[in-house]
Amino acid sequence: MGRWLDVELNPWGQEVLQGISLELMYLAIALAVLFVVGHMLWYRSRGFSEHEETADVQGSAAGIPERIVRHTLPSRIFHWTMGASMLVLLITAFVPLLGLEFAWVTIHWIAGAVLILTIIYHVIHSIVWQDFWSMMSMGAKDFREAMGHFRHLLSSKSPEPEKPGKYPFDHRMYHWGIIVTSLLAIVTGVLMTLRIKTPFWEPDAYYPFVDQAVAGIEVGEPAITAMPGAATGLVFVIHGIAGVALIIMVAAHIYFAIRPDKRYYLWGMIRGWIDREQYLAHFDPDKWSVVDGSIQESPPGGAIADSTVSAPRADD
Amino acid sequence: MAIIRDMIPAFELFQPTTVEDALALMAEHGEAGWVLAGGLDSYDWFKDRIKKPEAVIDLGGIDELNGISDGQDGLEIGAMTTLTEIVRHERVRSEYMLLADAAEHVATPQIRNQGTLGGNIIQDTRCWYYRSGWACYRAGGNTCYAAAPEAMNREHAITGTSRCVAVSPSDTAPALVALDAKMTVRGRRSSNVYDAEDFFIGPATDITRMTVLEAGDLLTQIDIPSEWANAHFYYEKIRDRGSWDFQLVSVAAAFKTSGNTIEDARIAVNGIAPFPVRLDAVERLVIGAAVDEALAVEAGEIAIDGSRPLKHNEYKQPMTSNLVRRAVRSVA
Repeated sequence: MGRWLDVELNPWGQEVLQGISLELMYLAIALAVLFVVGHMLWYRSRGFSEHEETADVQGSAAGIPERIVRHTLPSRIFHWTMGASMLVLLITAFVPLLGLEFAWVTIHWIAGAVLILTIIYHVIHSIVWQDFWSMMSMGAKDFREAMGHFRHLLSSKSPEPEKPGKYPFDHRMYHWGIIVTSLLAIVTGVLMTLRIKTPFWEPDAYYPFVDQAVAGIEVGEPAITAMPGAATGLVFVIHGIAGVALIIMVAAHIYFAIRPDKRYYLWGMIRGWIDREQYLAHFDPDKWSVVDGSIQESPPGGAIADSTVSAPRADD
Repeated sequence: MAIIRDMIPAFELFQPTTVEDALALMAEHGEAGWVLAGGLDSYDWFKDRIKKPEAVIDLGGIDELNGISDGQDGLEIGAMTTLTEIVRHERVRSEYMLLADAAEHVATPQIRNQGTLGGNIIQDTRCWYYRSGWACYRAGGNTCYAAAPEAMNREHAITGTSRCVAVSPSDTAPALVALDAKMTVRGRRSSNVYDAEDFFIGPATDITRMTVLEAGDLLTQIDIPSEWANAHFYYEKIRDRGSWDFQLVSVAAAFKTSGNTIEDARIAVNGIAPFPVRLDAVERLVIGAAVDEALAVEAGEIAIDGSRPLKHNEYKQPMTSNLVRRAVRSVA
């Protein structure tokens, strides 16, 4: 444990948990690089296409418009604002530790506040204007499809996997991962922000309410969390673990977003729409139904309500 | 308080005679090494057993770090020059009295005989939570014990804080900022010159350091440019004990005047932030202005704009305000 956690001595020689060690950050960076490079080499070695595949639309495009809205303008504004704030958070958190020093604390908490506001907006927008569960639900059928896809990736003898609906299984898995990790980082980040000077409150170094909650818990020998102020260490550890996990997750997200064979997702998030060829090549119309300009109810594991068939709107 | 054992843990002593040798030793021993100037800060750390270096590199034998000489533009002062030497130096007293005055306010004659200008500048903060071995932010931990609601923070900062609220303890630092001194920092592969104002850094930038010095860096020389020679100077230090104490608040100011009008000014305050604070807004106010009581009062008020006291150091706001007011008033 000592290798990954930072434990310091107080004046009485007792160990006090401080947070995660720098080594964990280096490990996360190394894993992120390893994953990206490893995936790139493996993908190439398996002979998968490095370019975006498009479908022959002859005969299969009846009723499908040339452009298909994938993300509405409000969704895209949320995504890019959240992405920018997340990048600022990661840069201000880790770049100073890598040696490039600047006054990062104020930028960090402001970016955190922006992230919280965008997430609140996203939740309200998803519940009121979108099909909230389309990106959240995962059933047995989804797992079976995911396994088929996974087997195909591992073995060329395995049959072609089924095409997904609007949000493939791995996207929904990632969404869940980012929800859990971000919420952990946000809750602990707010607790940490209570300890620093902001225009909103007087800083307080301690969390008496959390201290009381963990007062009886003992970790390690001698017990390091049963001391006054131990809650601070736990908060720092959770925030740190969430932070280094986000290094890997964000790196993977950016990598897949800019891969040539997946670039239709990126264009969809920039322009708001994908074209008919991309739609037919990569998605199952039965799962992401886009017919005649009407908003379709999605079948299980399939489309969401903001998937309309339309010519690009003025705001798209 | 820390447990003072009066017995310094054993270490290996090195006494290099050149800067190059000192830098090589610092590189060789890395974090296990400790650079010793006058020893007045270092031996406190050692006796409290908060710092336990394996190797101590004593700079006392390096001649090129000692003494005051005339430079191409002003004075060149070696970092190991004692404070007494600065106080007594004829040219310092005649042209740069601000520095002599500040150096004379450091501790006691015995300490000034032993203490060096470089050591006085880069000495560590005297926050007792930090000095007592608490794992605070500055010590690599995750808490500022001095900012807690029940903390004893009478001597701590009212501005420039970022999680850590410790103050710079140096008496000569604000004078060097006011004189626009240049600090030469040598590493094994490079040498850099910093304005005194930029030499000190706050916790927002790096919470574990008070200056730009990184591991392996050595402050070798302080240049005092002729730009501010023979200016009108004002230095005042408020402390609990007049005989021997760190400052609560101090002010160092240099004015170029024409009659009653301030043509140019540099004003720095220490004891209110983790670094000596240059009062740019006050300087902008007074430059070009004829000094009267109203100007002095306004300067004092502007000096504490944006400051935010802790539970026990609200007195530093009027104290700072009054010191700046007196500095401006001294021109009239």
